[in-house]
Amino acid sequence: MRDWLGHGIVVAVGIALLVLLPAQAQLYTIINATIWTAMATLALSLGLVWGYGGILCLGQTAFFGLGGYAYAVAAINLGNSTWAVPLAIATPAVFAAALGYFLFYGRLGDVYLGIVTLTVSLILFKLTNSTSGPEYTIGSARLGGANGMPKTPFLNAPFDPAVLLSPDTIFRVVLGALLLCYLFCLWLLHSRFGHVTLAIRENQQRVELLGYDARRHKLLLFVIGGAIAGVAGIGFANSAFISPALFSLATTAQVIIWVIVGGLGTLFGPILGAVVVQALMSWLGTLAQVHPALSRLDPNLVLGAALILFVLLLPRGLWPAVTSLAGRLRRGPGR
Amino acid sequence: MDLTAAVFLQAASAVAALVLMSAGLALIFGMMRVINLAHGEFLMLGGYATILAYGQGLNLWLAALVVAPLVVGAIGCIVERLLIRHLYDRRTDTLLATWGLSLFLIGLVTTLFGNTTRGVSAPLGAIAIGDYSMAAYELALIGFAVAVVALLYLGLARTRAGLVARATMQNPDMAEALGTDRSRVYAVTFTVGAALSGLAGGLLAPLSGVVPTIGAAYMAKAFITVIAGGAAAVGGTVAASGLLGSINSAASFFVNPVIGEVALLLSAIVLLRLLPEGISGHFFRTGV
Repeated sequence: MRDWLGHGIVVAVGIALLVLLPAQAQLYTIINATIWTAMATLALSLGLVWGYGGILCLGQTAFFGLGGYAYAVAAINLGNSTWAVPLAIATPAVFAAALGYFLFYGRLGDVYLGIVTLTVSLILFKLTNSTSGPEYTIGSARLGGANGMPKTPFLNAPFDPAVLLSPDTIFRVVLGALLLCYLFCLWLLHSRFGHVTLAIRENQQRVELLGYDARRHKLLLFVIGGAIAGVAGIGFANSAFISPALFSLATTAQVIIWVIVGGLGTLFGPILGAVVVQALMSWLGTLAQVHPALSRLDPNLVLGAALILFVLLLPRGLWPAVTSLAGRLRRGPGR
Repeated sequence: MDLTAAVFLQAASAVAALVLMSAGLALIFGMMRVINLAHGEFLMLGGYATILAYGQGLNLWLAALVVAPLVVGAIGCIVERLLIRHLYDRRTDTLLATWGLSLFLIGLVTTLFGNTTRGVSAPLGAIAIGDYSMAAYELALIGFAVAVVALLYLGLARTRAGLVARATMQNPDMAEALGTDRSRVYAVTFTVGAALSGLAGGLLAPLSGVVPTIGAAYMAKAFITVIAGGAAAVGGTVAASGLLGSINSAASFFVNPVIGEVALLLSAIVLLRLLPEGISGHFFRTGV
């Protein structure tokens, strides 16, 4: 019961933001909010795969970046975002299926799996970085190497490329997509498939002895995570611009930090972590105006220290701490 | 003929670089089962120690062979005491905490020394192989890699300290019952691994220069080599470096260096699908 109340509040706040924010905020804020929302979707995808499947995927940005690139390439070639969207979700999903086959059917241990997925995203980083020459084009889309793909078309009204969506509407679409992904994850985890997946996370051997194919369940969850990361990539392509930095080690590290800070094993935790840490980062950026010496401070220093502190002192993350505190307050003292 | 010799030496130097890059990591992972994601930054710190000491007027060989391992070994000792020690038996948490350390060190070095590339020119000049020429320093690296492997092997297989370290790794409880101080063994192993990484960072610095974020370039290769090598710290690393380094230089030679790196990483992933325990898990189970 309490769980459903929490989820209800989260969805209500999401819908309120979706309705109210574009009318209240300036363009700059709306575009930033779109980026943060896309990043929160990426964090949700890792939260699902890692928190509920127990799959330590350190390369979730591989699917994020593939989604972004697939959207940009398809939208430029088709001149219409209608089919670019499903393509940008399918591409990372298919890639996740191929990679997941090697990982789960090779029965790699958790930590090995982390290193291999991390390596895959670094491979993609190197590959996309080396595509700066004019010979690297897909159809009429130039990949642009380290400079990225600046002229990515924005979303248009379905089947009508003449009507481009305004930044307000794009924010609403991206946030709406995050809410849908959240509800989908919620449904998935309460389905039979979700129960088996949770059981695998707790004790894989026992579930296999009961006759379930753990490898297939993990693979499917991994593919779903890849598809959600693709959704995040589309959101990012519509608010910032597509470059190899999507695959970089820095992005990968940030996603991990969001999930750890927000709370592993919850759905809302990663979203909260993404927002809190990005807010912290932009606040740090403004510190240089307070004192010039602070402009030399590298954000990595703070991110790294935060990650170490959370792992050592608050390994469950912020959201579980908040909900358990709220639960204790509601039950009243002494119980 | 000259071409064959030049390509062969290129491949040997690629293998040597991989061995140097992975040795410290392999020792820490093989002996302690600790995944140190700050390994790339240990190499980076070794590079900085070398170049800063050289900038102070120290001999380059002294800087790379003495100063870098001492500095990074000391840092490793502190890190073990403050961080790693609290996370033994929590492998995933160790991995995350060392990733935090990696970011922290990148941030620290960027704040202190700025985000610019520094370098020293490689000593020893070039040698001619028929129509081709090659930096003599790259040949020297092959010698250093052989020396590191030999020392590591002798240290682990032929000394009492190595015996104690291997016993602690195989059966920590039994080793403790026989009077070994487990946490001291781990502390020393981690420090030595860090010092080896510092040495490698110092030796590689003249070839690549240093920049705070260079660890990322080393890390993927070192990790994939160690994991493909499997549990045996010396044998596995040498075998995996030999295989992956050869694939890397073959693909670099026939296509281009970027594809070379991609081929290295891809072949390691395929290898792990075939041999999930790594090379040494299949071919030489015992030994180091």
